[in-house]
Amino acid sequence: MTILHVNGETRPLSPTLTELLKELGLGDAVVATALNGHFVAADERDAATLRSGDAIEILAPLQGG
Amino acid sequence: MSQLSLYQETVQSRFLLGTARYPSPASLEKAVKISDCDIVTVSLRRERLSFSNNSERPGQSFWSLIQKIGVKVLPNTAGCFSVQEAVTTAHMARELMGTSWIKLEVIGDEHSLHPDVFGLVEAARILTEDGFSVFPYTTTDLGVAERLLQVGCQVLMPWASPIGSGQGLSDVAALEAMRASFPNIPLIVDAGIGRPSQAAEAMEMGFDAVLLNTAVARSGNPIQMALAFSKAIESGHLAYQADCMEPYKGGMASSPIIGKACLG
Repeated sequence: MTILHVNGETRPLSPTLTELLKELGLGDAVVATALNGHFVAADERDAATLRSGDAIEILAPLQGG
Repeated sequence: MSQLSLYQETVQSRFLLGTARYPSPASLEKAVKISDCDIVTVSLRRERLSFSNNSERPGQSFWSLIQKIGVKVLPNTAGCFSVQEAVTTAHMARELMGTSWIKLEVIGDEHSLHPDVFGLVEAARILTEDGFSVFPYTTTDLGVAERLLQVGCQVLMPWASPIGSGQGLSDVAALEAMRASFPNIPLIVDAGIGRPSQAAEAMEMGFDAVLLNTAVARSGNPIQMALAFSKAIESGHLAYQADCMEPYKGGMASSPIIGKACLG
């Protein structure tokens, strides 16, 4: 089965991180990304090829102390 | 009040305020403004995927609010239990918020939120080498403080008591020892402050600033409480600069004896 784990939710596979963000409507959003626990900078998302089972975190600034 | 310099940046206010747990975004905005603080803390959390419109997503709307308020942001690594988690979060924060400042939390105990001081020192070392300006959330342990300075921290943030507890200055002697041991390092009391009088006491002891969140956000009136803390922190700092009197055992008349009438 080809799936991704995105922010803890199951999603169909996308080819790259850039494509995934576009599909989620987050292409222009203020977000940072990590792939399998490692930071992926914005200018590295095109080259970040995704594989089935990958865990992606898409984070935003939120309330904090 | 004299100015405070943190990593070569000068700030006017000695009050750093957290942005969590307010009743509404409007009360957060008003509390920040009335506090006159220059720096607010912000976390990184998962963005909501289920909206198609970015302005409806919690992270996007929160970031718009922070930018509208116009204060400096100190991102945190709250909730990180490992060095790798904290380092990855810091890198994400730097890209996202355009600042190399990071409030570094590496939590060791999930109940007390006691820092994992070994992980903290290691993460601080890695992040300093990566060009971050690290604000470590630490204990009052002098050995740990020394290690944090050795790996490149230029600011230390000892807790007063556990995060969100409102217990105040649980170990005054330890805080005093820390202040005395590092007279030239900016020391920010972070976590555990519950009342303005406790913040004032920390400032009277010579701490450089106070960081708090819950005591304002969860009070009955966050806006008024933000103002109360702002005044207490300023008052405590002015008192420290003015050099408080030493306590005296017994009573000492403040009105002069000379010239006292003989009426009895």
